[in-house]
Order: sequence, then structure tokens, then C-alpha cells
Amino acid sequence: MTTTATRSTIFRRPTATTGFWSWVTTVDHKKIGIMYGYTAFFFLLIGGLEALLLRIQLAGPEGQFLSQAEYNSMFTMHGTTMVFLVIMPMSAAFMNFLLPLMIGARDVAFPRLNALSFWIFLFGGIFLYSTFLFGTTGAPAGGFLADDVSRLGSAPNGGWFGYAPNTEPQFSVGTVMDYWAIGLQILGLASLLSSINLITTIFNLRAKGMRLLRMPVFVWMSLVVNFLLAFSLPIIAVALWMITFDRQFGSQFFQATNGGDPILWQHLFWLFGHPEVYVLILPAMGIVSEVLPVYSRKPLFGYPAVVFAGAAIGFLGFGVWAHHMFSSGIGTVAQAAFGLSTMTIAIPTGIKIFNWLGTMWMGRIRFTTPMLFAIGFVGMFTIGGLSGVTHSVVPADWQQTDTYYIVAHFHYVLFGGAIFGIFAGLYYWFPKLTGRMYNEKLGKTHFWLMFLGFNLTFAPMHWLGLQGMVRRTWQYASDTNLGPWNMVVTIGAFVIAASILVFMWNWVVSKRRGAEAGIDPWDARTLEWSIPSPPPVYNFAEIPTVTSLDDFWHQKYTEDAEERSVRRESADALVAELEHKGRNPDRPIHLPAPSYFPIAVGLSLPLVGYGIVYHGEPWGVALLVVGVLATVISFIGWAQEPTEEEPPGEEH
Amino acid sequence: MADLAHDLGHSEHEGLGVENRKLAMWIFLASEFMFFGALISTYLLFKGKEGLTSPVPRELYDIPFTSVSSFVLLMSSLTMVLAHNAQGRKDQPATRSWLLATALLGMVFIGGQVYEFSTFVHEGMTMRTNAAASGFYLLTGFHGTHVLIGIIMLLSLFGISRRHGGLSDANGLNLELVGLYWHFVDIIWIVIFTVVYLIP
Repeated sequence: MTTTATRSTIFRRPTATTGFWSWVTTVDHKKIGIMYGYTAFFFLLIGGLEALLLRIQLAGPEGQFLSQAEYNSMFTMHGTTMVFLVIMPMSAAFMNFLLPLMIGARDVAFPRLNALSFWIFLFGGIFLYSTFLFGTTGAPAGGFLADDVSRLGSAPNGGWFGYAPNTEPQFSVGTVMDYWAIGLQILGLASLLSSINLITTIFNLRAKGMRLLRMPVFVWMSLVVNFLLAFSLPIIAVALWMITFDRQFGSQFFQATNGGDPILWQHLFWLFGHPEVYVLILPAMGIVSEVLPVYSRKPLFGYPAVVFAGAAIGFLGFGVWAHHMFSSGIGTVAQAAFGLSTMTIAIPTGIKIFNWLGTMWMGRIRFTTPMLFAIGFVGMFTIGGLSGVTHSVVPADWQQTDTYYIVAHFHYVLFGGAIFGIFAGLYYWFPKLTGRMYNEKLGKTHFWLMFLGFNLTFAPMHWLGLQGMVRRTWQYASDTNLGPWNMVVTIGAFVIAASILVFMWNWVVSKRRGAEAGIDPWDARTLEWSIPSPPPVYNFAEIPTVTSLDDFWHQKYTEDAEERSVRRESADALVAELEHKGRNPDRPIHLPAPSYFPIAVGLSLPLVGYGIVYHGEPWGVALLVVGVLATVISFIGWAQEPTEEEPPGEEH
Repeated sequence: MADLAHDLGHSEHEGLGVENRKLAMWIFLASEFMFFGALISTYLLFKGKEGLTSPVPRELYDIPFTSVSSFVLLMSSLTMVLAHNAQGRKDQPATRSWLLATALLGMVFIGGQVYEFSTFVHEGMTMRTNAAASGFYLLTGFHGTHVLIGIIMLLSLFGISRRHGGLSDANGLNLELVGLYWHFVDIIWIVIFTVVYLIP
């Protein structure tokens, strides 16, 4: 894997294999996955902190902890952060790290493009958050927001959904919503590139014999997610360009006085936003579908049904967007149609839930931490799914919309669902990632604290919502009787925060001092457990050949006369041999060489973003020009740099 | 290089039988369809609206002029096919000529669009005038940007071919990919010309 710089281009070929520069220039899907994971976790802490500030404000009636302006910024940034900077990149972390390992590949189809996706994401996130330093807000003429002073710095305040016309220049004074729109534009580009890369990887880089219906369910769900991204991101891109043009160049897309249509924003946003919901939940469904069979010691119940249900969710996901808009006057026919399509989508989701239950049924269950989180996922997601079905009943939705009932619903699916699934995955693959075991006792403490805190936080929101407590409002009056449950909710939020601290402690300590994991600590089924932990840079010393679903399991197990799984006598020897062979390839393996260009392009794009925000100033135009030039030059260098260097003559 | 490709796992793998980069291009173009679909739908939403500040786009269209520039863009798809065909025959000078011809036709189209935009602005329709005008400029502007990017890629291939006396097999694939992109941009224009300009 050593490289020699034989040509002079803009940058010399990077050569570091350890340390800071090896991470900056890496094109290794595992390192990129790890960087996605840590970045997403960092943003989880920030988004969580924002949630705690919101909860302190709402702990009692007429709270004075935050100002109105601060409250608006905090709920906007909490939502935006958790969706775009936590769950999406956390899923990207799992996909990057795992997909090539699960399908038996040495890397993704386009390793440098993969690095580019990460750097665009990272600097896009930093761009979005730089609003706290540079952004400005102001009170719109005739508005009722008397006090727009924020002690936290100015941040986007129009909600994560950015509804027009609230985001139009006359109502949202200052630059914060420009940061929001352009920040999301940059983050969307990162996800789009990544989706194209990963779809190609899944289709074209599977090991021999790994036919489509032999792929692990996580790979299948990733495939669906990346198709959803590829088809839904361009729609939000168009909507974000429109709002950017309205704000920067005076176009009239959402100006009702001149033919524009604010409802158009809602259609475009949710035409992206509802597939996005499945983008958030399907990777977690994939993770859970990997975890449950391993700790139930049974194959996944009804594998084809789970796969087809996932694909069906992907298709139906594009046909339900207007259920977010039942109260915006879309007409009874549209309401009936979207109500029905929304009920339909409960069918494939229900199929999956029964498949997971069927997997556990009669299994020999091991209640490890990942299993607890996976079971927690199934339970909490079912509650969230059922409250979701209640929204499809239009008259009921009119009562629920814009209340805390909705907040309760989507936190049950996105926290009780996606985040629980992500933690199941983090514990499950921790031994593969680090080569060490996590602390089971701390892990279980984390689960029970989080499970308790989660339900304390979000279950009472159902009742608060049905009592009429409205979302996105910074105070409630003291004579509403909403105070006691709100106090419970706030206490629950701090219990969740405590559970996160337990997780961090477990992670840091176990990474250093955990017991050696070996290659297959869970007696698992998929290919990533057939290579050393942590995986060597080339993944597979020899690309495996696959003959069935759960091939690795069948290598270790056979069936007796009563169709019970029996471990082959040769299994231990096989695992030992795989570990030895995995560390000692019989010939040198050449991999894509690292590159400076992905980070160079990633750094250039925010300059373009600042240039658009400040195009009225001469230095803004200068930034725009510099940003575009830097992007173009980086791409020229990129195009001239071959993916791999010719191997040097000497042995290595 | 064959050995390297082997190590990356491009051979002896299950796959769709489509080269990685070509598959990626198809997925990208599918995504682009959604991009232009959203833009075209937006324009359709605004184009029939009553009571917009005058002038609206349909009052200003010069159909004969745009027909000519549309024809020029369509012809550029033909020259693109001829470039691809010439590359298949390893006829490098012909490849270069057709690449250059395609880029030039693209530039004529862009020139026509610049003329059209400046005429419209002169006649009092800017992006600020009304929502239909905003939709028109955003849609056709993004299409023009796509044509411009295509021209840059065509000229890059032309430059590489001149410098190295021809295109390698890897760059031959690049030519095919640029061709896919170019035809896509043309097809989108046919839709735009029909639903934006021709249908009243």
C-alpha cells in the first residue's frame, strides 16, 4: 500500500498511513465510516444540549430561561441537527464501515468520492453551525417578536422544515435562514454523492455467489435508503434553491402577492421530507434485522418478506407526503387519497414487526446490550408506528396537528426507532470496530437508563398534546395545568443525558481496556465476522465465495435429523484459520492510494456558500470567485491523479 | 494495472454487468430527472396564473428563434453520437472533430439563451417581476448551466485527445459517459421546449 509520487500535480501524493494526515487523506471506507460516526456523535451531543435547553425552558409554566428568539433558534437547530447531522451521518457511518465488509469487497466503488462525501458533509455542518458566529437576525416589520436578542448567537429560527412564507426575506430578517438553506444544500450534495457511490458498490462489488437475495438485510435496507436519497434529495435541492433565490435575488416563488405559492414549499419539502423519514429509519431496521437473529440463534424469520417490505416502504414513501399537510387546505380528495396511502404504508411496516417477533419466537435469546436495544427498538417503534397511523385519519389529525402529540409520535419512531437501532448497532459491531469487548454491565445500565428516560420524556407528550399543548411555542400559561407532566418530561430528558454519559464512559474505557474480542465473538452469520477484528486495511485477504444466505453461519453449523442447528466439529478450527489467513495474505494487495483532493473540494464549497450569502459585499463576491476557482482547480487535480499508484518495485 | 483492478475487486464479482462508472452515471441522471421534474412542475404551476405583474414569459417568447436554437441543440446530439462512433472505430481525428462540433453547437445554444435572457430583461421581465418569470429563469438557467458543464467536459476530452494523440480506453469510457450526460440534457430541453414554450 505504499505509494511513490511519480508525477508532479498540484499536491504530492500523500503517504502517511497513521496519524492525523492519514485520516485527512484517507480513502479507506472503514476510516471514513469511523469519521462519520465520531462527527455524528459530536453533533448528537450538541443537538442533545439544545434539547436540554428547550426542556429547561418548558419545565414549568411561563418559563423565563430562554427568550423567544433563543427558543426558536434552539428548536430549529435541534431538529436540523438531529436529522441532517446525527441520524443521517450515523447511518452513513454504518453503511461506509459495513457495506464492503458484508458483501465481500475491499472498498466502495469510488473510494475518493466516498472521502469527498464525508468532507463535504463535515464542512457543510460546520458552515451551518457558523451561523452562531456570523449570522444575523432582526425583528420583521409588524411582527410580534419584540425581543430578538439571543445570548447564544444568531441561529436559524424557522424550524427544521423552514416553512414559507415565514422564511421569506420580509418575515425572516438577517442571514440565519440563508445559512440554513445553503448549509442544507451542501449537506444534500454530500448525501447525493454518497448514495450514487453506495448503490454502485452494492450492485457491482458483491463477492462471487452473493446474489441479491443472499445479501444481508442491512445491505438491502441501505440499497433502498440510497435510492430514496438519490430520488428525493434533488427535490429539496430545488426547493432550497428557490428559497435562496427568493432571499438573495428577489425571485417570487413563495411570495403570494405576486403569483408565488407558499404551499409549493410544503409540497416540495415533504416530497423530500417523507422519503427522508424512511431514510432515517430503514438503516436502523437493517441493523435490528442483523442483531435479532444472532442473539436469538435463529435465521431471520421470512427474509424475503423483510426485503420486499423494505422495498415496498421505499416505493410507498414517495406517495404519502401530503399527510404532513392535512391542515393546509389541500382539499378533501387529496386528503382521502393521502390518508389511504398512509394507512397502506403500515402494512409493510407491520410485516417487518411480525418478522422480528417471529425471529425471536422460540429462539435461544441472549439478552446482551445490542439485543436489549433491538428489542427496545421493536417495542418503541411499534408505539410510534401506531400513533402514526392515527395521523392518517384526517379528522383526528386536525386535532393532533401542531400539538405535542405529533412531537411524541416522531420521537417514538426517530429516537425509540432510529437512535435505539443505532445504539444496538454501535454495541453489536463494537468488537469488530475495535477488536475489544465493551463492558456489558455499563451497556445494560445505558440501555435501562435510556429506556426509562426515553419513555419519561416522550410518553407524557401524547397526553400533553391531546390536552392541547402546542408545538414550537416558548411558554404555556400557568392556568393550563400542563406543568406537572412537563416537569416529568424535563426530568426524563436529563435521564437520557445521563445514559449518554454512561455510553461515552463505556466506549472510552472499553476501547482501551476491553477484553480481546477475537474475530467472531457473537457466533454471527455475516461476512464481516469472518475477518480479523479490527479488519485489516484490505478487509479480505482473499475475496470469499458465497453459496447461500448467512453463508458464514452455514460454514460453522449444520442441521441434525430434527432440523436443529448443530455446530460442526470443524467450526473452531475454521475460525482460527480464518483469523490467521485474514492477517497474512499470500500476496501483496494493492489498494486505492490516499488523496488530498477530497478535502480540498470539501473545504472549497463552504466558501461558495459564504459567497452567495454575502454576494452584496465586494469581499463576498471575492469569496465566491475564490471558492469556485478552488473547487475547479481541485477537480482538475483530482481528474489527473490516478486512483491507484503503480506499485513500487520492492516488496512491501 | 490489470493486477490493481483485480485487487479492488472489479473482476470475479457478482454485478450487473455494467461498468461501475456507467452505472453511477445512470443513477446520477435518474436523480437529475427528479431535479428537473421539480423545476418543470414549479413552472407549470405558475404559468397559467391570472393577475401576475406583466410581462409574463409567454408574452415574450420568440418561438421561431427558440426553435432554431432547439434545433441546434438537437443536432449536437447527432454529432455526439458521431464522436462516440468515431471513437469506437479508433478514428481519433474524426473523434476530435465531432467532439469540437458538439461543443460548438452547445455554445451556439448557450449564446442563444444569453441573447434570449437579455432581450427578456430589456423588455421588462426579470426574476423579480412575477413568480412565472422566476420559474422560467430558474428552470432554463439551470438547464443552461448543465449545457455549460457539458461543454467544459467535451472540451476537456478534446484537449486530452489533442495532447496525447487520441483517447485511451479509459477516456473512451469517459466519452461515452459525457455522451450519456449530453443526451440527457438534450432530452430535458425537448421537454422544456414543449411544455414551457409550445403548449399555451
